[in-house]
Amino acid sequence: MTIEFGNPDRPNSYIGKTVPRPNAGRLVQGRGRYVDDIVLPRMVHVAFVRSPFAHARITGIDAGEVKSVKGVLRVFTGKDIAEVCTPWVAVLAHLKGLKSPPEYPIAVDRACWVGEPVAAVVATSRAAAEDGAALIDVDYDPLPVVTDMMSALDADTPVLHEDMGDNLAFRRLHEAGDVEAAFKSAHKVVSTRFRTARHTGVTLEPRSILADWNPAEGQLTAYHATQAPHMIQTVLAEHLGVPEGRVRVICGDVGGSYGIKVHVYPDEVATAAIAKIMARPVKFVADRLESFTTDIHARDHEIEARIAVEEDGSITAMDIDDWTAIGAYSVYPRTSAIEGNQVVNLCGGPYDFKNYRAQTTVVFQNKTPTCQYRAVGHPIAVAITEGLVDQAAAELGMDPVEIRRRNMFRDDAYPVTSPANMRFEGLSHHASMDKLMALMDYDGLRAEQAELRKAGIHRGIGIASFIELTNPSPFMYGIGGARISAQDGCTVRMDPDGSLVALSGVTEQGQGTEAMLSQIVAEGVGVSPDKVRVITGDTQVTPYGGGTWASRGAGIGGEAALQSARALRESILTVAAAMLQTEQSRLDIRDGQVVDAATGDNRMPLEELGRIVYFRGDTLPKGLPRELVQTRHFITSDYPFAFTNGVQASYLEVDIETGVVKLLKHWCVEDCGRIINPQLVDEQIRGGIVQGLGGALFEEIHYDADGQLLNGSMADYLVPMAAEMPDMVVGHVETPTKESMLGAKGAGEAGTAGAPAAVMNAINDALRPRGAQVTEMPFTPERILRALGVLKD
Amino acid sequence: MKASVGGYARASDLQHALELLSGSDGLGRVLAGGQSLIAAMNMRLSAGDLLVDISRVSELSGVSDAGDRLLIGALTRHVEIGRNPLIREYAPLLSQAVQYIAHAAIRNRGTIGGALAHADPAAEFPACILALGATLHIEGLTGRRDVAAEDFFQDVFETAIGEGEILTGISIPKTEANEAQVIEEVARRSGDYALAGLCLVKRSAGHRLALFSVGPRPLLARSAMAALDRGDLEGAAEALCDDMDPPSDTQASGAYRQHLAQVLLRRAVARIEGANA
Ligand SMILES: Cc1cc2nc3c(=O)[nH]c(=O)nc-3n(C[C@H](O)[C@H](O)[C@H](O)COP(=O)(O)OP(=O)(O)OC[C@H]3O[C@@H](n4cnc5c(N)ncnc54)[C@H](O)[C@@H]3O)c2cc1C
Repeated sequence: MTIEFGNPDRPNSYIGKTVPRPNAGRLVQGRGRYVDDIVLPRMVHVAFVRSPFAHARITGIDAGEVKSVKGVLRVFTGKDIAEVCTPWVAVLAHLKGLKSPPEYPIAVDRACWVGEPVAAVVATSRAAAEDGAALIDVDYDPLPVVTDMMSALDADTPVLHEDMGDNLAFRRLHEAGDVEAAFKSAHKVVSTRFRTARHTGVTLEPRSILADWNPAEGQLTAYHATQAPHMIQTVLAEHLGVPEGRVRVICGDVGGSYGIKVHVYPDEVATAAIAKIMARPVKFVADRLESFTTDIHARDHEIEARIAVEEDGSITAMDIDDWTAIGAYSVYPRTSAIEGNQVVNLCGGPYDFKNYRAQTTVVFQNKTPTCQYRAVGHPIAVAITEGLVDQAAAELGMDPVEIRRRNMFRDDAYPVTSPANMRFEGLSHHASMDKLMALMDYDGLRAEQAELRKAGIHRGIGIASFIELTNPSPFMYGIGGARISAQDGCTVRMDPDGSLVALSGVTEQGQGTEAMLSQIVAEGVGVSPDKVRVITGDTQVTPYGGGTWASRGAGIGGEAALQSARALRESILTVAAAMLQTEQSRLDIRDGQVVDAATGDNRMPLEELGRIVYFRGDTLPKGLPRELVQTRHFITSDYPFAFTNGVQASYLEVDIETGVVKLLKHWCVEDCGRIINPQLVDEQIRGGIVQGLGGALFEEIHYDADGQLLNGSMADYLVPMAAEMPDMVVGHVETPTKESMLGAKGAGEAGTAGAPAAVMNAINDALRPRGAQVTEMPFTPERILRALGVLKD
Repeated sequence: MKASVGGYARASDLQHALELLSGSDGLGRVLAGGQSLIAAMNMRLSAGDLLVDISRVSELSGVSDAGDRLLIGALTRHVEIGRNPLIREYAPLLSQAVQYIAHAAIRNRGTIGGALAHADPAAEFPACILALGATLHIEGLTGRRDVAAEDFFQDVFETAIGEGEILTGISIPKTEANEAQVIEEVARRSGDYALAGLCLVKRSAGHRLALFSVGPRPLLARSAMAALDRGDLEGAAEALCDDMDPPSDTQASGAYRQHLAQVLLRRAVARIEGANA
């Protein structure tokens, strides 16, 4: 039986509607339970001594004075932890050539970035642990540092990890068609250098873990703010030498993740190791400075790119040379080669052209490691692609919308494979563009822009089409040997009172996963969403799954929930048919009642069925199946990824005297397939756009030449804030994926993917009459003035 | 990080506060609105302080009319400065400045005395009172003294307040009939400290121009003031370069700050002229 998604009046029509979030009331009433809220008997706190040098040999650690601090219990060095915890190497088999040295939870004899843990102090309070940490005297022998990306591979640059031979972590070249010939015969070639700044995710709740080793049970329980509890279970088990089945990861409320909390962090593993050694609960909650220095960074890329176009605007070739520096280690277990790899996979994404060459070069340096952060690689690839397309249009004297329309894959071209070998099942670039044009009144805005220009007001309109990778299959990590599940599961259970409990392997980070699951299960079974309790984030309770990353929660976890809910519905109806002495096909479940499918007349409330099954099973026919618990798993198999698409537009004003950009309005039309909850999708898009706008205008981690991080606070690392954000208009086109009954693809990263490019193009649209162009993010007032040639020095 | 505090005492009145300070062996630290001090303590940039909380000392709060001058108590909060009718009438520069300072929650707690004593070179109030030619009233156990704004700000976070002393308030000459006061700044985000800013006061006696966020303390741009008095705006903009040598940091270079100061000066003058036209 299928669901008539097209009919909004169908019974139990919760999929596609904005329903209240089950956890919202709890969170706004301050009844959330984050890791820091959890207090266990005999719990202690750990604080870390961190390297003040970007690269130094550790020649001695003197903890003599520390024990005198009231409350301090114990000090651990890297060697102490290494005795109970093995190091890890973050490589994946399918990323050929990727290398990285073994990394320890606490540096053993060499620190490789400012902020790397070099010792840990355990005390009865965090304050006491910090007092102790301040007294630890570490002797360092500073070593030469590698900080510059582009010279990392030069012969006279020191090699960061001697055993690795050189500073190259990974390189991949992809080539399709005859790129050189295409450039030679092109009508016009445009080339540009792009730069995207180092960012970090700045989650509201910092990284947190409370690890508890119970020797009596031989079990490690970790209360952890994470996106991937099962992955963490595996990692802790493997490196601490505990059977996987004896590690339980519990992930309650999480205050935002954005990819930051999907990685393995040395200090968190060290906390678990210390819990095992001390046999008592140990808590670590990063403070904001630790967040800036030790949360993964991302997006530090420099790109040389060119595009070849014909006179009619058709793109014939793109050539991308991407460089990124990932810090001192590849991050475990997803690796730090993925972002560069994504740039290769995603450049040119919306366009139908033949000749494509892209190379990514990933190098080591003495900085905080980088890894996957919301929209991994997308903002970079979209900025490159859309920046090139806009410049080509300007060279040809063509409207930027027109050049896109001439090159985007036709909406009836699918399935199709891109020159980067990405397979698209069904996208809607043209329908999305048409919708955007109508939403923003493109022609009207152009007229307004021209009128204001006469008055010396410099406004710009920027367009950015994009593709977004969602619903990953094992092709993302599994085939490379990582124990990261692409499959996800859901168990749905009916209790005697007719209420439902859904246990899902995907997790809630604050984005509304539980709301999405509750409405799917409600519709799948036939009850109202408030009858569904959702449980996520407990490896000993939920089905095994991947968690939250790569915009997979709704598409993968949602489909598993729908399948299990439909299965439960069938089992309920089997029992109901026996009780009501009718055929199962004549019955339906609506709003918690078993009803006559044809007339809708109530036949029996679910609580009556529950009462009979659980307490008077003797009255049912012997042998009648009465399984009111059903579990289903879902994995995509037809395509490695479910790509989505969309287009964004930015309208802004540049003050050409100060260089300040004022965002006036922002639009996004996107196609995430089936929309389960319109408000949640819109807010994902808006939040994503805000993060993209942060990258475009504000966010940049600064290091000096010695590898010292210069702006490790909220005062100096500028996140986007409400006052600077424009009104946003979000529109949708729905092209459901055929891989699932639900048809949902992901929506979590589209906003971030396209926003920086839209802003860049809008700024350049504003500056073009003055012959200026910016391609180095963030577009600070000073960079804009320098592009305008206003500053002399 | 967790703050590491040496101790805390709440003063009941000014005398009590001064006694607590003098009895603290040099470790005493005045706590007013806490909006700069607590942040510094939470980064352990300041540790071991014996906090003397003056926030309940009511005699240090409020705005009063003292004939040709306006008296503002050190504990008057930013939000009150922004809405006080006396200030709006007689020192509108301060009312205008409030919108640029931080965010509502911080303005509800931060005090003008704290902002002046903290002497952040990028802060608005220090430049305002410099442009206004205010006098600062400082008290210690040994007595009271007055310091001109020109002599008060000494270096980054350094003022003329001596050990054991408390800034009790400031007095400002009331605006003249045709006086104009404007503040202009550019910040990366609303509520951020400015990349550069200036306060321009135009009186019958001449212009007073104070720059902020372009050096170690708020600066009176004397050469530019002289040029403005001559009616030479472009000369004033040129002269600004002699008046300052702004630092470079992760937000902006010195050259950008200098350029910005020139743009802001033209805008400030245009605003005054526009208002008079
Ligand atoms: C996020 C944020 C953004 C901000 N943005 C801005 C901004 O844009 N512009 C701006 O100007 N400010 C800004 N501030 C600072 C704010 O204005 C503070 O309130 C102000 O600088 C200090 O005032 P306070 O009363 O909070 O002083 P406190 O923090 O209590 O004290 C600051 C210092 O002054 C000393 N002190 C305080 N009062 C006295 C006194 N009466 N006598 C002697 N010493 C005293 C203290 O001992 C301490 O050393 C910002 C603050 C924050 C947290």
